[in-house]
Amino acid sequence: MTLRVKGRAWVLGDGVSTDHIISGKFKYQKARLEDMLPYLLYDVISDFYKRVRPGDVIVAGKGFGYGSSREHAARLLKMAGVGAVVAVSVHRIFYRNAVNVGLPVVVSTKIPPITREGDTILVDLVEGIVVNESKNIREEIQSLHPLIVDIIKAGGIEEYILKHGGPPWQFRSSFSK
Amino acid sequence: MSSRELTLTEALLSRKLGRAPAPGDHVVVDVDLVYMHDGTFPLALKVLRRLDMEKVFDPRRIILFIDHAAPAPNLAAAIAHRIMREFSRKHGVKLYDVGAGISHQVVIDEGLIEPGNVIAGADSHTVTLGALTTLATGFGSTDAALAMATGKTWLRVPEQVKVSIEGEPSWWVMGKDIALALLGELGSDGAVYSSLEFQGSAIPYISMDSRITISNMSVEAGAKYGLFPLDGLAKAWYKSRGISTEPLEPGSKATYSDEIVMEASRLEPMIAAPPSPDNVTSVAEYEGVEVDQVFIGSCTNGRLEDFHAAARVLKRHSVKQGVRCIAVPASRRIYMRLLREGIIEALAGAGCVVAHSTCGPCIGAHLGLLAEGEVAISTNNRNMPGRMGHRSARIYLANPATAAAAAVKGRIVDPRELLPLGSRLMDPVEVQMA
Repeated sequence: MTLRVKGRAWVLGDGVSTDHIISGKFKYQKARLEDMLPYLLYDVISDFYKRVRPGDVIVAGKGFGYGSSREHAARLLKMAGVGAVVAVSVHRIFYRNAVNVGLPVVVSTKIPPITREGDTILVDLVEGIVVNESKNIREEIQSLHPLIVDIIKAGGIEEYILKHGGPPWQFRSSFSK
Repeated sequence: MSSRELTLTEALLSRKLGRAPAPGDHVVVDVDLVYMHDGTFPLALKVLRRLDMEKVFDPRRIILFIDHAAPAPNLAAAIAHRIMREFSRKHGVKLYDVGAGISHQVVIDEGLIEPGNVIAGADSHTVTLGALTTLATGFGSTDAALAMATGKTWLRVPEQVKVSIEGEPSWWVMGKDIALALLGELGSDGAVYSSLEFQGSAIPYISMDSRITISNMSVEAGAKYGLFPLDGLAKAWYKSRGISTEPLEPGSKATYSDEIVMEASRLEPMIAAPPSPDNVTSVAEYEGVEVDQVFIGSCTNGRLEDFHAAARVLKRHSVKQGVRCIAVPASRRIYMRLLREGIIEALAGAGCVVAHSTCGPCIGAHLGLLAEGEVAISTNNRNMPGRMGHRSARIYLANPATAAAAAVKGRIVDPRELLPLGSRLMDPVEVQMA
């Protein structure tokens, strides 16, 4: 379902932390995710939550998702309509959170440096490629573990569990490659 | 293959799994401890309720902490706290309520861990517990929720990096200086998905409180674990909590994906300037920068040793007029000990606001947010724009003596200017074990 995403690029630099995505000073004022949405990337891109279109892709530099474990960051990006994140490197807690909420996050060294705001980006987890269609440059992405593909394919781990009746590790004895 | 020597990470994981895994393997493990706090628990519960999985696999292995915005500074926090108290009662799960302390520190204070435990904390600084040779790392709400309900989680076996810390640290060096220097070396994504294993001739000199600081900040480079060896000090610590330990050593010929060597004997007092914790240099580079606020506390530097260091400055000098100095012990146990030692009185007498235990100031939740254009020096772990208030506020990270010295002078100074010469800032073993 979310394995193939095409949209406009929003270009961010290195070190975009979960504090940048949803700052603690706003998060701890609100009880509901919906009420946090207007503060998504608040100090980074003004009115991002209004301007982002479904399927848009965040293209960032090194260390995306650094910092706090707050899953709200991944959830709010998805809630706003972000279709995928492409970054040079990604911090692990954010990565797991993104997988769990069904937000594709791919590591790419070639695409971020050449991408400009508004370029058309294709992320295709079936083919294993990320493409900047505006610049006609593509990169193969490292194949994802089947466990992760299964979760993203289901639309997140909640959807996976609702569909299969339990988390993936209930149905596989080993995940070794 | 089976006879290869194992790193500490591999040795711990193989005990857990019954076989030695290789980096990159995805494995399912039983968790020994799951904990969450008011910033992460409400979302976890929402997920479990939607899945009709509201249960705990073992109430003795789950802990809840109200530590992030506590006592409730607003209605949203009050709602979160109420949800947690209700859940605790319903499922017989231990809850540490307002003022008990920051999760990681309470787990340490209360001795709720054993070497090799797999710990899933819904907080990025769960890596703190690696100082006591545990496989402790942070998870988001959903992963923690599923671990709480099922007792299991999946892990990608990390690459391992040997971090050799060498030489005898100078008297002014604290764990924070080592952590910052290391972060400057690694960069903010230099250890993503890796396990850092701290070794080297400096280890015996590094106090437990300082080790905890170093493990705590390993996540700022993206590390999954920040592991100290189970050496004499760690064993003594466990013994002092009535917890027995078995010998555990990495193989001398174990192979690592990378190795970093740091000379601790050459370290100056270190500082991380905006906009990120890896923007590290010596304090000298920023001497003279005027500060509006000083924060001494957090899971990074809110321990006994940290307030002992700050008090060396603040027992003899007062906070400069016009500067706010906020001191927050990381747990009630530490707070009580500081009370008995007269340090709370000394800090308050010097003009500090001494507050109850909370994560508040570090995450910009409450207790001292920064206004537009203000400058802070802080002992916490993160200084990205907007972390502690307005996005234009500038945050410098340093050890507690450096922070205290800035509170006295109203500007960043080399703390050695205000410290009695030659006495180590790291607490000796007998102080730590008392």
